[in-house]
Amino acid sequence: MVRFDPALAEMRFGNGLSPVVGPPASTQQMLDRLAGPDLAAVRFPVETFTQYRERIIRVQDAWKVRQQQRGSDEAGFARKAVNLEKKAARLDRLRWLGQQMLRRTWTEDGLRERLVGFWADHFTAQGKAGLLRWSATPYVEEAIRPHVTGRFADLLVAATTSPLMLHYLDQYRSYGPNSRRAAQQGGRNGLNENLAREVLELHTLGVGAPYDQRDVTALALLFTGLSYQPEQGFVFRKPMAEPGLHQVLGVSYGGDQARLQDIVAALHDLARHPATARHVAQKLAVHFVADAPPEDLVAHLAARFLATDGDLMQVTAALLDHPAAWTPELHNVKPPFDFLSSVARALALPEDRFDRQNERGLARLLRVPLQEMGQPWESPPGPDGWPEEDTHWITPQGLAARLRWAITWPAMVLPDLPDPRDFATVALGDRVPEPVRFAAMAAENRAEGLGLILASPAFQRR
Amino acid sequence: MMTNPHDAILSRRSFLIRTGLIGCSVAASPLLTPISFAAAPGENRLVVIILRGAMDGLDVVQPYGDPAMAALRPTLLAGEAAGSSDLDGFFALHPAMAGLMPLWQAGELGFAHAVSTPYRDKRSHFDGQDLLEAGTPGLGQARDGWLNRLVQHLPDATAQTAYALGHEDMLLLRGAAQVSNWTPDAGLRLSPQAERLAGLVMHDDPLFNAALQEALVLSAAEDAAQMMAPSETMSGMAAPAMADGARQTASGHLRLAAFAADQLRGRSRIAAFSLGGWDTHQAQAAGLTRALGRLSETVLALRDGLGPVWQQTAVLAVTEFGRTARENGTKGTDHGTAGAMLMAGGAIRGGQVLGGAAQNAWPGLAQGDLYQGRDLMPTRDVRAHAAWAMRGLFGIETAVLEQAVFPGLEMGPDPALLR
Repeated sequence: MVRFDPALAEMRFGNGLSPVVGPPASTQQMLDRLAGPDLAAVRFPVETFTQYRERIIRVQDAWKVRQQQRGSDEAGFARKAVNLEKKAARLDRLRWLGQQMLRRTWTEDGLRERLVGFWADHFTAQGKAGLLRWSATPYVEEAIRPHVTGRFADLLVAATTSPLMLHYLDQYRSYGPNSRRAAQQGGRNGLNENLAREVLELHTLGVGAPYDQRDVTALALLFTGLSYQPEQGFVFRKPMAEPGLHQVLGVSYGGDQARLQDIVAALHDLARHPATARHVAQKLAVHFVADAPPEDLVAHLAARFLATDGDLMQVTAALLDHPAAWTPELHNVKPPFDFLSSVARALALPEDRFDRQNERGLARLLRVPLQEMGQPWESPPGPDGWPEEDTHWITPQGLAARLRWAITWPAMVLPDLPDPRDFATVALGDRVPEPVRFAAMAAENRAEGLGLILASPAFQRR
Repeated sequence: MMTNPHDAILSRRSFLIRTGLIGCSVAASPLLTPISFAAAPGENRLVVIILRGAMDGLDVVQPYGDPAMAALRPTLLAGEAAGSSDLDGFFALHPAMAGLMPLWQAGELGFAHAVSTPYRDKRSHFDGQDLLEAGTPGLGQARDGWLNRLVQHLPDATAQTAYALGHEDMLLLRGAAQVSNWTPDAGLRLSPQAERLAGLVMHDDPLFNAALQEALVLSAAEDAAQMMAPSETMSGMAAPAMADGARQTASGHLRLAAFAADQLRGRSRIAAFSLGGWDTHQAQAAGLTRALGRLSETVLALRDGLGPVWQQTAVLAVTEFGRTARENGTKGTDHGTAGAMLMAGGAIRGGQVLGGAAQNAWPGLAQGDLYQGRDLMPTRDVRAHAAWAMRGLFGIETAVLEQAVFPGLEMGPDPALLR
């Protein structure tokens, strides 16, 4: 058994050290907190997708007024109302960004935040139009966060049937070619394979797994009917669904009547497939340990995944009980949001710090820095989420943005800056490299001293 | 040959660091082939500008000679009535691009009209831009971009051969080949003491150390480039308040162009960046004038910055799709299909509008000629033009272009867009 290192636990599996919130005492304590209530979500609330749908309904109603009473005063008011809704959602998305940073700043249950981040990225979804553009946080809060300690199969079903995912990967406009609705529309609409392909390639089996285009097409046919509407959220629209049997990986699903439960059955089978276990294990090991993780760690995680039918508490426990997870050398570079959050934690950012910020202020403090470091908030480059490779983040411009920000940001958010000589130990515990200790002492002023500590590889890797 | 004084340092440092010490797909990278530091993939340059938001090709290169044009656009005037410059008796150039007319007259500016990607019907910016940059026939068929796939087939490419400029991670240049990323406002201006200490704390981590050293060198290069940027154009633009998502400050495009030119005068051969502001659903006259002003200034800043190398340069400005042939109810236009591509540079055979009436290729704007009764009908795949440009500039074989760079593309007849 490996010796537990509290500081390393907080750096690698949490959000870094804090001067006020102590690190966990054991892996058992980490797992107990994870199994307990989600305190951070209560303390720093954000909207759920169900709540967010109310906004979408209001916008939809306003659009109806515009359409029906074109040119009238009411239509003018409705147009203004839509603009105000958009503005409010845009601002609230930045407020929720602040809340998520504060969760990471103040939590004792840092592993939960990291797992939410990992699974939100695994099931990346973005809004492409209308009010959905600002709904990624509510999607994660409702479809991802409650499931990170549950079964992978339930997480998969929740993500696959969430309105934002159905929108993002075009499922809502995929019609079974022989469906009732397609016939009524004279063949104008047809099958869209986007979600089916990504479920196989990204969410479950992985691109190297033994499936082919026939499986993609069959799963796409089976998926038809998965849709959403503002009033109810997820809906299964039978008239869009392709009737008949669809064979995915050699198993037939469906029947004369299209049923949601056949889709769920297929997702459950995909969730427990050995290729899925392997794919998820590899991704977890890369995310939490190193870009090129040791093979026995991956095998260990995959075995636990298969043995427990994808019980994510058990898989997470397997991650913590493997020696490879506790190598003292730091590997992975924190992506920008994790970097910002760990700086906020090291500075013990006051929990009311963002309260009176308007959109401009939040943009200056949070949105613009993330963009300049190459991770515009909730805008990953594609359904495969953000890259994991350290080389993706530590580019000349990426590192320049980190260093510049690390020198200026602490003074923007705190009235008094800590002494860099003390802060080096706050941020890095007993792992302060000699050059960092020297820089903290030799810097011209406090801001540069703090910036050099925070930009150092010792702080940016975990 | 003009060289950038920083080249040798840069290339050698990145070569050592990126190939020797950094893991990440290096084994699969063509960078691992022995690099001769004097060698570069030829002397020609390619600049690709992605015009995000769907540029209205019909208002930029206005087919005022088409009898249907005037009725389609009651307030968005075309031709001389709009103060546009006549190009060939059929097309006229939007007045906001008047500054480029000397290039047209010198044969260093041309256009391809009625071009599109294979993207059809859904008219989403998001998907349209993805397809434009992926260069594939359909969506979701590649996670890398066509310009990166080109770099993979350039002999002796180094990490400095291609530059993606700007904050965004451009799909266009994403992929297995190592490319450089920089944005002109990423400059590091540290006190000498902070610079020395930063070097100290990064020193033992090869990845961080290499990135820091490059950042310091590039910041210095950028400062130098900025000082050479034309000052009248800079001072003529007031810096507007930043809108959400639009960090397109007035001088941002000029700094981008100046920096790109600086790199291209040295070891780089390819640069790509984006310009926004094209989604003109309402009050197009004002919005398009601003966007075209920026594009014109960008082209001119490239020309000025490139100096003699401009003669070996092709600039291609492409957009995800065109806009509706008909003006909408808010003096703008909505998402359409075919649009126009701008070509500039001394390597271009300018003074012509490919796909135009002079080539008997104009699809026409009569109701029956429009795509789905609303959009300019595409007559040529914009990827074919880009492929022919790369074939001419870099000597890439047709088979490579049709299979690897643009999978499934048929390049068709040579449009003779280069000199």
